[in-house]
Amino acid sequence: MAEVRLLGEAFSAADELAAFTAAHPESGGIVSFLGQVRCEDGPQAVEALELKHYAAMTLPGMEALAAATLARWPLNGLLIIHRYGVMHPGDPIVLVAAAARHRRDAFAAADFAMDHLKSQSWFWKRERTAKGWRWIEPRPDDHRDLARW
Amino acid sequence: MSAKLVFLGRLEDIAGMGELSVNPGPLDQVLAALDPALAIELLGERVRMALNGALLGGNEAVVLADGDELAFLPPVSGG
Repeated sequence: MAEVRLLGEAFSAADELAAFTAAHPESGGIVSFLGQVRCEDGPQAVEALELKHYAAMTLPGMEALAAATLARWPLNGLLIIHRYGVMHPGDPIVLVAAAARHRRDAFAAADFAMDHLKSQSWFWKRERTAKGWRWIEPRPDDHRDLARW
Repeated sequence: MSAKLVFLGRLEDIAGMGELSVNPGPLDQVLAALDPALAIELLGERVRMALNGALLGGNEAVVLADGDELAFLPPVSGG
């Protein structure tokens, strides 16, 4: 029911979503979220982003999150794909899709999974700007988002 | 006989390495053998520890056995 992948290489969000949609004809609603590396101009612009993971915990944690999401909403399917490694502006970072009979469950499940991927999954992010690499700390918003659940 | 320390996120930069092989034993002895600047960072309030992939609560006395892997996890930032 859940498909969870931790990828070291680029993926096509459009292809993944097309396959997921085709696999769930019984679902009346499919909600997806795609997170990508921002394209910006100026001195603060991010030239590259790197996500590090920890093999012993990151994928097992994503699988546990998928199980918790499935336990909470009646879904037909759930897709979670998360990158690690070095990415550049425009590259997809994370794709979450939830398929359900009715849309509200799909919206809520995708939102829940994303909030937990952002602030509770075992990833460490750093960004390279013109000034060099800088580690990114979680934002207070990320913790506020988590408290909604 | 050896155990392994794993440094994640910014701790890898501070340590200058992702992993370090150490002699097994109580954690305070293991840390005492490290660069004090690194040991202080590892003991930071926001750094959590995982022993062989299982998150520790923070109050247990950790004693590393042969083959153990202890990871130091700074605050996460995914997505």
